[in-house]
Amino acid sequence: MQLVSGSDVSARTVEIIAPFLSLEGPAMPMIHAVQAAFGFVPEASVPVVAQALNLSRAEVHGLVSFYHDFRHEPAGRTVLKLCRAEACQALGADRVAAHAGARLGIGWHQTTPDDAVTLEPVFCLGLCAAAPCGMVNGRTVARLDAARIDAILDECS
Amino acid sequence: MTRIFVPRDALAVSVGADDVAAALREACPDLVIVRNGSRGMAWLEPLVEVETPDGRIGYGPVTKADVPGLLAAGLLHGAAHAKRIGRPEDVPFIARQTRVTFARAGITDPVCLADYRAHGGLVGLTRALGMSQAEIIDDVVKSGLRGRGGAGFPTGIKWKTVQAAQAPQKYIVCNADEGDSGTFADRMVMEGDPFLLIEGMAIAGLAVGATRGYVYLRSEYPHAITAMNQAILGARAENVLGPSLMGSNRAFDMEVRVGAGAYVCGEETSLLDSLEGKRGQVRAKPPLPALSGLFGCPTVVNNVLSLAVIPDVLRPGGAAAYQALGVGRSRGTMPVQLAGNVARGGLFEVPFGITLGELVMDVGGGTATGRPVRAVQVGGPLGAYFPPSLFDTPFDYEAFAARDGLIGHGGIVVFDDSVDMARMARFAMEFCAVESCGKCTPCRIGSTRGVEVIDRIIAGDIGQLRLLEDLCETMKFGSLCALGGFTPYPVMSAVQHFPEDFRPQHAMAAE
Repeated sequence: MQLVSGSDVSARTVEIIAPFLSLEGPAMPMIHAVQAAFGFVPEASVPVVAQALNLSRAEVHGLVSFYHDFRHEPAGRTVLKLCRAEACQALGADRVAAHAGARLGIGWHQTTPDDAVTLEPVFCLGLCAAAPCGMVNGRTVARLDAARIDAILDECS
Repeated sequence: MTRIFVPRDALAVSVGADDVAAALREACPDLVIVRNGSRGMAWLEPLVEVETPDGRIGYGPVTKADVPGLLAAGLLHGAAHAKRIGRPEDVPFIARQTRVTFARAGITDPVCLADYRAHGGLVGLTRALGMSQAEIIDDVVKSGLRGRGGAGFPTGIKWKTVQAAQAPQKYIVCNADEGDSGTFADRMVMEGDPFLLIEGMAIAGLAVGATRGYVYLRSEYPHAITAMNQAILGARAENVLGPSLMGSNRAFDMEVRVGAGAYVCGEETSLLDSLEGKRGQVRAKPPLPALSGLFGCPTVVNNVLSLAVIPDVLRPGGAAAYQALGVGRSRGTMPVQLAGNVARGGLFEVPFGITLGELVMDVGGGTATGRPVRAVQVGGPLGAYFPPSLFDTPFDYEAFAARDGLIGHGGIVVFDDSVDMARMARFAMEFCAVESCGKCTPCRIGSTRGVEVIDRIIAGDIGQLRLLEDLCETMKFGSLCALGGFTPYPVMSAVQHFPEDFRPQHAMAAE
């Protein structure tokens, strides 16, 4: 996917954002859709969105860069998000994150060299009564410990 | 045909509810499996319930591996088993509650409108359709309802302002950007009883003359997004939403908009900017969103829990009944969320006035680790840390404010005696730095300086405590919104109540 050329991305982006043009405040749904299609928000998509919304490229870039969810480059095949917020800290989230980081040999916001796993922090998934919790490619997981992290990572290696 | 209930709630699913449902379906293909919401007893999830002549009998926590043994023991007849808890409503955790907002959660099929109606749904909307705008708002004022997002502003007064504003278009915006750690009541409403929120928003629309609504729902809640979208489609199909609400020729429709991981969008003006398709930066007030909100139009911005109270308030006699609950100026119930290191965590809805200690120790059962409770943080990452010596504080907006705390969205996070409060204070500043929208200087710069100052204190420079105090004053009074303005609460409460954790390590060793 990341090998497609800029003009292909532009053409594809035009199609992706078309259904949202009639919405009130369409920018966020558009960018979500772009990211859902490409796995990140390609540089070449930014001017297309800007033109559709009569905004400057800088404004759309500012939008994409403001929100933690939007990526500027592809993530690993598995995105492991681990909650760092207080309720999860109260039951050892720091230890769980340290275990995951040590096993993968990466820190927050990094991807393993084989592109298998990206490790990201998240601040609260609302599963605070089953802490620590996380999200594996969009699937929520809770009551995490080192063993469950190992089981999750075994599946995606 | 035996009906069996396996929650679709995100917490239950995160600890294996889907696997349990699949195992049951495989073992008994004829079984009717209802994916209900959660009862709110997190330590028992996945909680499986089976319908019997003696009522619904619960078993929990059930794993996939338990299923064959449970079936062999007679699960489908409610037979004895080590994991049998009896009727969920008889469990003390549930029996002690006063469930108004969560009356249906866990009981019904959340996305079945017929089930919603059968359990008292749409009574409030039906009555509101026969009332004037002033009459609806009068009921909301009389109920004493205050905004459940944290600020505690009287909901009826906000509605009155929007109703009185003259504009061709007005909006109802539901703040479902529940980013506070230790809170999940909004999520449980949206996953466990989404029609309740829809009904509340439709009534709000009638009351102020708004025909469009948005639920700004955080991306971290995929199950809630699914449930809300399913429910909105169902409501539209049966004219509970659309051009003619229940055949009245009065219009209201709504849609879900998904956030993108910015905590600050829980602040109402950032939320509005985000909905408009901008960076989620805080707006200076005035103008109030009630007069100039979404796209510059008069807008009601209410929390999920505030809107979810409305259908009950609008049923006959509802306002007076709601007002009769609670204490002082905090009327009605609060869905309290017990989280973190707590033995019995979950959702506990109770009238205002119960003490913090009752909630943490009696209801929650103390810590999950079995160690002594050392601190609780009430009201999310911007809430104060309280030691057990303040456990006599009643759960009430004013009582918490009097002790330099806040109840916020009603989340309580419990910590045992292994917690390092200097690290928690540092984390509060770090979180503020990560999530600051950057609009105002005290929050944007102050949070980063705060991390540095706390690092120096931890390293032994205790003289920096004065500087930290100064910085917190600046942030508290100089920030545009609660993110920078309230970050001093966790920081200074940690310093005030746990000073020993801020003493330099070498000094402690030398003592």
